[in-house]
Amino acid sequence: MRSNFNFFSDEKFRSIFFQTLVIGLFALGIFFIVQTTAYNLEKRNIATGWRFLSDPAGFDISFSPFINFKSTDTHLDVYFVGVLNTLLVSFCGCIAATILGFLVGIIRLSSNWLLVRVAYIYVEFTRNVPLLLQIILWYSILIQLPRVKQSLEFLDVFFISNRGIYSPRPVFETGFSYVFIAIILAFISSFVIRSWAKKRQDKTGKQFPVLSSAFGLIIILPLLLFFIIGSPMSFDYPALKGFNFKGGMVIRPEFIAMFLALTIYTAAFISETVRSGILSVTKGQREASASLGLKKSWIMRLIIIPQALRVIVPPLTSQYLNLTKNSSLGIAVGYADLVHGFGGISLNQTGQAIECMVIVMATYLTISLTISVFMNIYNRSIQFKEK
Amino acid sequence: MKKLLSIFAVSVFAFAANAGTLDDVKNRGFLKCGVTTGLAGFAAPDDSGEWAGLDADMCRAVAVAVFGDRSKVEFITTTGKSRFPTLASGEVDMLARNTTWTISRDVNLGFEFVGVNFYDGQGFMIPSSLGVSSATELDGATVCIQTGTTTELNLADFFRLNGISYEALPIETNDEGKENLFAGRCDVYTTDASGLSSTRAAAADPGKWLVLPEIISKEPLGPLVRHGDHQWGDVVRWSLNAMIIAEELGVTSENVDAQKSSNVPEVLRLLGVEGSYGEMLELAPDWAYQIIKQIGNYSESYEANVGPDTPLEIARGLNALWTQGGILYAPPFR
Repeated sequence: MRSNFNFFSDEKFRSIFFQTLVIGLFALGIFFIVQTTAYNLEKRNIATGWRFLSDPAGFDISFSPFINFKSTDTHLDVYFVGVLNTLLVSFCGCIAATILGFLVGIIRLSSNWLLVRVAYIYVEFTRNVPLLLQIILWYSILIQLPRVKQSLEFLDVFFISNRGIYSPRPVFETGFSYVFIAIILAFISSFVIRSWAKKRQDKTGKQFPVLSSAFGLIIILPLLLFFIIGSPMSFDYPALKGFNFKGGMVIRPEFIAMFLALTIYTAAFISETVRSGILSVTKGQREASASLGLKKSWIMRLIIIPQALRVIVPPLTSQYLNLTKNSSLGIAVGYADLVHGFGGISLNQTGQAIECMVIVMATYLTISLTISVFMNIYNRSIQFKEK
Repeated sequence: MKKLLSIFAVSVFAFAANAGTLDDVKNRGFLKCGVTTGLAGFAAPDDSGEWAGLDADMCRAVAVAVFGDRSKVEFITTTGKSRFPTLASGEVDMLARNTTWTISRDVNLGFEFVGVNFYDGQGFMIPSSLGVSSATELDGATVCIQTGTTTELNLADFFRLNGISYEALPIETNDEGKENLFAGRCDVYTTDASGLSSTRAAAADPGKWLVLPEIISKEPLGPLVRHGDHQWGDVVRWSLNAMIIAEELGVTSENVDAQKSSNVPEVLRLLGVEGSYGEMLELAPDWAYQIIKQIGNYSESYEANVGPDTPLEIARGLNALWTQGGILYAPPFR
């Protein structure tokens, strides 16, 4: 009895005991759920397994910018189309939300009364209205655009209707690969110039116009090459034929609605993160750099932002994760993302609900963890390094 | 208290019990029937809030067969997606929900289709202003299509077979389809012809819409139950067959009492005057009599809900009796 008492009063033993207990119960719970599911599926004669992945899908997906999807392709192809569409809207959304969020965050700290008010109203309105409603609102607005036969026309090559925005599509001809290679080379040499310029500045204090030289390399050089080898590119113009426009490129209203809603909603949160980050840098930093005689834009770029980023990046990561996961709401407007295509139509046509959902969940988990890993690497690189 | 306890015991047991649905229903005191979220003519609340329609009548017929009372049924709405899990999990006892009988649903999903209460086929509806008179002229059109349905697969097959292209606009519900079609986001709406008639009847100006002549698929719609409970399957199957046989024999809700003294042997068997068919099904001897008395025969249900005199204006067509040029056919009552 006495020794038993001693055991439990030992902090280390107690903590190991309770942790083992919790893990054991958790594992038992999972085991129970899996067992029950398998048992009930079997009893109801519901077929299980992964074989359906290689069966032909039998339905069409119209929005598939990367893969040419046909109804004879398999459910696995449906999965890939869905993943790419999810990544597409998430990627575009993250970039646009970051830009808009930074802009609004900085505006809210500016001294312009009107801009500050407008930014304030924007943030409070968008982040307090459910995202699903915003997606449906944007979509409802977009399908009220003119019908396809009465499309709005710009410069004879852009057409806007409730079927989307049509624009010319560039067609690359032989020889364009040289231009492409030139662009890659220009990027590499810009990085080389940057590190060389930094070293030189550390040594001699002299500065080198890195930005403008990179601009020249990346834009002007490939452009020159493009004209020298005889413009190996033409355009495929959209034209109204029968029911729809043929040719050209199109951005569908489903995508636009998702993109706008995700961007505007998430940017409101990001702007608050940015604002708090900038405010976290003490006033003394600004005053000290001003007393050193730095330009106003330099103070922001070299002193304030690098310190603010340390506060901004961790919550920014969660916003990227939120945006990516929120893209699953595409089902509300028929955007052919992962949940809609594979987790919806394939699931329904094959009846393999558990398999499909497990795959979809594992995919979101993978995407989210990947984003986290990269953001953590970035976060580490901007942390204050003590020497 | 005792009743409450037994209901509790049954509902706990229902998770485990698969066989014995008939007993479950009897103990519960009412039937749980899965229907659509609202499709005029098939299952939708009428002006007084009562569920009405061909599928709703199917549910009521089964309730009458079991309890002799058409009100002993709870209607549970299901979407195209939720219908199968709802049935598989035992949340409803049967589905009467515009569901197409296919091999994969019958075999792979673990269900049993007990018959066909409406022979349908997939059609197309377009604005008449487009000047299209055949579905083969739809090359390049944008088509609104409900996802997770057999129509989605038929659509892909039809366009592939005819070598023409289309753009699918996936939608979730019939209402969403209407909205997109009326706004011009899609040129064509495709679903079962009966559903198109229902949608057209709901349009502000039905004359502006045209249902194309092509029917591109077989869509036998019928009630279904879970696999493996044959007793319950028989009850639902013969509730439907009784209505069809009643039409064939000319027994209606009006003349059913007089028919009890008919000299036609099959009528007497159907109405429970002769034979012990109710006992075989573990139902009351007059179960079929009650169905015809309280619901009517198939023709009465059809004419009241979807027939030419209703807003849906669907002619009997394939759904006429086999003796009258249709394919409606029930095995003999013997």
